[in-house]
Amino acid sequence: MSTSNEYYIPHKATWPVVGTGGLVMMLAGFANYLNGSSAGTAWMALGLAVFIVMLAGWFTLQAGESESGMYSTQVGISYRMGMMWFIFSEIMFFAVFFGTLWYTRNLSVPWLGGEGTGAATKELLWPSFEAVWPTNGPGKVGGEFEPMGAWGLPFLNTLILLTSGVSCTWAHHGLLAKNRDQLIKGLAATVGLGLLFVALQASEYHEAYTEMGLTLGSGIYGSTFFMLTGFHGFHVCVGAIILSVVLFRSWKGHFQPENHFAFEAAAWYWHFVDVVWLGLFVFVYVI
Amino acid sequence: MSAVVAEHDDHHEHDHGPAKGLLRWVITTNHKDIGTLYLLFALAMFFVGGTMAMIIRAELFEPGMQFVNPQFFNSMTTMHALVMVFGAVMPAFVGLANWMIPMMIGAPDMALPRMNNMSFWLLVAGVLLLASTLFMEGGAPAGGWTLYPPLVLQTGKALPFAIFSVHLLGISSIMGAINIIATIFNMRAPGMTLMKMPMFVWTWLITAFLLIAIMPVFAGAVTMLLTDKFFHTSFFDAAGGGDPVLYQHIFWFFGHPEVYVMILPTFGVASTIIPVFARKPLFGYSSMVYATAAIAFLSFIVWAHHMFTVGMPIAGELYFMYATMLIAIPTGVKVFNWTATMWKGAMTFETPMLFSIAFVVLFTMGGFTGLMMSVAPSDFQYHDTYFIVAHFHYTLVPASVFILMAAGYFWLPKWTGHMYDERIGQLHFWLSVVSVNILFFPQHFLGLAGMPRRIPDYAVQFADWNMISSIGGFIFGASQLLFLYIVIDTIKGGTGEKVTDEVWEDAAKHSLEWTLPSPPPYHTFTTPPTVIPTEHI
Amino acid sequence: MKKAKQLFAGLILMALGLGTAQAEYTLNLMKGVTKVSHDIYDLHMLILWICVFIGIGVFGTMFYSIYHHRKSRGHQAAQFHENTTVEIIWTIIPTLILVGMAIPATKAMMELDDVQASEMSIKVTGHQWKWEYEYLDNGIHFFSSLDEASNKVRQVGSGLDPRSVPNYLLNVDKPLVIPTKKKIRFVFTSKDVIHSWWVPDLGWKKDTNPGFINESWTSVDEPGTYRGQCTELCGKDHGFMPIVVIAMDEPDYNAWVEQQKAAMAAEAGSASKQWTTEELVAKGKAVYDTNCSSCHMADGAGLPGTFPAIKASPVVTGDINAQVKLMLNGKGMMPAFGKMLSAVDFAAVVAYTRNGLGNSVGDSIQPSAIQTLQSASPAAD
Repeated sequence: MSTSNEYYIPHKATWPVVGTGGLVMMLAGFANYLNGSSAGTAWMALGLAVFIVMLAGWFTLQAGESESGMYSTQVGISYRMGMMWFIFSEIMFFAVFFGTLWYTRNLSVPWLGGEGTGAATKELLWPSFEAVWPTNGPGKVGGEFEPMGAWGLPFLNTLILLTSGVSCTWAHHGLLAKNRDQLIKGLAATVGLGLLFVALQASEYHEAYTEMGLTLGSGIYGSTFFMLTGFHGFHVCVGAIILSVVLFRSWKGHFQPENHFAFEAAAWYWHFVDVVWLGLFVFVYVI
Repeated sequence: MSAVVAEHDDHHEHDHGPAKGLLRWVITTNHKDIGTLYLLFALAMFFVGGTMAMIIRAELFEPGMQFVNPQFFNSMTTMHALVMVFGAVMPAFVGLANWMIPMMIGAPDMALPRMNNMSFWLLVAGVLLLASTLFMEGGAPAGGWTLYPPLVLQTGKALPFAIFSVHLLGISSIMGAINIIATIFNMRAPGMTLMKMPMFVWTWLITAFLLIAIMPVFAGAVTMLLTDKFFHTSFFDAAGGGDPVLYQHIFWFFGHPEVYVMILPTFGVASTIIPVFARKPLFGYSSMVYATAAIAFLSFIVWAHHMFTVGMPIAGELYFMYATMLIAIPTGVKVFNWTATMWKGAMTFETPMLFSIAFVVLFTMGGFTGLMMSVAPSDFQYHDTYFIVAHFHYTLVPASVFILMAAGYFWLPKWTGHMYDERIGQLHFWLSVVSVNILFFPQHFLGLAGMPRRIPDYAVQFADWNMISSIGGFIFGASQLLFLYIVIDTIKGGTGEKVTDEVWEDAAKHSLEWTLPSPPPYHTFTTPPTVIPTEHI
Repeated sequence: MKKAKQLFAGLILMALGLGTAQAEYTLNLMKGVTKVSHDIYDLHMLILWICVFIGIGVFGTMFYSIYHHRKSRGHQAAQFHENTTVEIIWTIIPTLILVGMAIPATKAMMELDDVQASEMSIKVTGHQWKWEYEYLDNGIHFFSSLDEASNKVRQVGSGLDPRSVPNYLLNVDKPLVIPTKKKIRFVFTSKDVIHSWWVPDLGWKKDTNPGFINESWTSVDEPGTYRGQCTELCGKDHGFMPIVVIAMDEPDYNAWVEQQKAAMAAEAGSASKQWTTEELVAKGKAVYDTNCSSCHMADGAGLPGTFPAIKASPVVTGDINAQVKLMLNGKGMMPAFGKMLSAVDFAAVVAYTRNGLGNSVGDSIQPSAIQTLQSASPAAD
């Protein structure tokens, strides 16, 4: 299947407004739910359904266009730039939470404990507070808790994600070598490892909530821990879904060595999620 | 990279025009249609935000509380800012980018047309979600557009809606920015090297990078507000080890580049218009490009000058003071370059040029007060007073808004094929430029004399200047109805004079859009242009 | 220059036919009454003049060009579009000017930041919407809110003339009193949201952050009354929590301290007396107006959706002990009044809410009982 030399300009797109509608329903529903309205959850579910239909429809449309050779190399470059800068925006999103962790650990908690310009803060407001990380703050918000260790499940999870990065690359080699079997096996392994990671993360959360007293409400430690690992876990789920779509398309016979943007995008995203985890492992668990 | 266009429909009809009826606007992927949608939406929001400003100025006309209660007043200042920033100025520039960038670089359309449609509709959704909070129990957000905790956490039912609205606006902006970057890097006509691009394209390229870097940061910040309010986290609560000031750091890491998102494309339009009417190339094209990049870079490392009084360690105060002062250098270069562009030109003063000159003068005044505020000890007096209000309105209203007006007058003939009524245009300009100064100049005095910002009522010694400011505000507000009239009139036929492709004398030497018919056909540059204008460099 | 400006301003005002009753328009920054404020004023003037100077140069050139280099005057456009020498010059010169500005600015900043060697400390706590002052060295402690006259006039649609109130919105019921010629350290914090404490004559403002302490200092040479306002948006009544600082010479200040101590002792004594419901209700109105009316409204109607009504409220018309408990400890946006009101004021406002504002429950609680509860409850700090 040859790719076109022309720049493909699509017309009359219906999926974007459908997606927007779904997203608004979901968010307005969530807002109503947070405000204690009973109708909130129903709207969220409806919005999610619309959003999923949009994703399925839009992906199918794009995959069909791609397979019928409508995308020139130049179109492919636009898509790649789009994905690249989307991932950059995601990096900035995570940077906020890493920045928050850095600021609280190195500035606000020590100030509360009387360091630097915080001497009067400790003396007048929190005389009994000693700044030691991990902490739930001078108000002991959320009560006693046990911090999460690094070398149990989290370390295992690190190995799992690193392995999944390798299997993803192995699948890519399969694609390039026109080895469809290797492509499918590699992708399946990657998705499987991703799901295993999520399952282990879930069990870690379960243990934190039921046995360690560690919750989202456990002061700044609990807040940063769950916010960072939680958003990461969410991104792993999204990555796994994207990879599953790519797996399904591979199984249907899509992708050629010279035309496989969707695979590349999924792989980049997966590696991004992988790298974020390494940052998490070091800054949230180890240090 | 050249772009030969392939066009395909789902229905195999070889109809390359727009869809019929209103649906055209809902499902369009055409950069001109989407540009028009953005511009009209921005104009509508300009009047919505303007109405809020009129309510504010009416309450401040005299001391005492006459019309609204203090809570509603605070909602008005908050919503005025949010609507103007996210609903009017930013979308207006995205609209200009949509219309002009493909035509300026010789591209057939934006690089990712379907996503282009989605970013517009997400914007509408975000603004509607925000506007809906006006009618909610507890009122619209009233903690200021900066949404500082813990105050903003006292918002009623509006809080989650406002937060999700920020998320939607963020996604919309990121999509728009990605599209602009991909278009500029991937869709330029052969021979259109980066250093031959019109300044408007350059400034938008740099702005797009700013947007991608900062919108996720804002999204992250408001997400933490959401979890602090509803999920028991302690990010901004000292009792749990957090810090309310942390929010301010994150917010202004977003917020300072954000104000440059509104001013850099302004610079770009000014640098495009002034050479055309001075009949001279832009002075120092490459130094303009570098200065824009330098301002963008500096915008990321100066954020805490918005926070000199929050109680930072002295090293922080000094660092942010020095870094902020540096901004004056590239900004100065820009102002000097515009002046040098006019120097020894053969100037004419049509409405776009008048607005552009007013921009250079009045923006520079905003720059001067900015320089004064960069000095941290002095800022201990200026901070959160009307001096600040005057400063940022000078950099936004007679700067960004004036340049948007200039852009409207400059390109309306190209977009519609009709000429606007120059007499009404000039009347609009003179009314605007006089009233905007009556509106904002006295606010310098008020701030220096000790009037804090965001107060619904004030001590009687501030009464006179407030009344003058309000009168200026009412005249300014009313004058903008002239602009609305001109836009509608021009779309409907204007003076009836058929404009040429070039519209303005020798404009085609400066930029590619003037080589196209007026109005341009629905699809332009389906085969790339062969001659690249270079007069502007 | 300044004269000319003032004249110009005066002309505009006259032209508009505005009464010039308060003829004292300040067009420039106040000089203030401390060394720091003078330094800041000088810095302000220096940079203002630099800006004026650059402005005259740039705008002069521009307007010369606009006048002379017009097509209508037949001017032919030159075609130059760069000049490296000129561009280098106008990059270097501003840089040097900035360095020149940074030196005095740094000095002033260091001075402003130095709270060492202070002779006394005052803790300032921001509340929605009043200030709490605590003299850390002698235990004097009180709240300071908008004066009653301003408060009446500033109600929406009061129809009263703000000009009839002396120092409208810049006056308080109880001002902060400080001695002159002493280095006074202020420590700032907040009970609820971020406020900012600003008295222009002292030369600075400082934010009050909940859970953290910020520090600043002043030393006033001349006795006098200096007024300011909250400058960080802190909610509905942000515009209505002024600051008044009275600087007194040492002997006057000492007399004031003694007087405060005596008043505090008397206050403590009156709590142990038996009060009738009528007496408490009569006293309660003023307490209500100062402490409660900004949210629950002067007529007790509240603000639907945000602040509950007092009138026919199930809390106020229900069990008195439950009401007292809620008021002692606070709930949501409602502050804990246990440490903010004296026992008498507390009992008085309880009686007033139950037997005024359209309610008539008929009971009250004795100040002595409140005192017991106050001392039993854990420290609010």
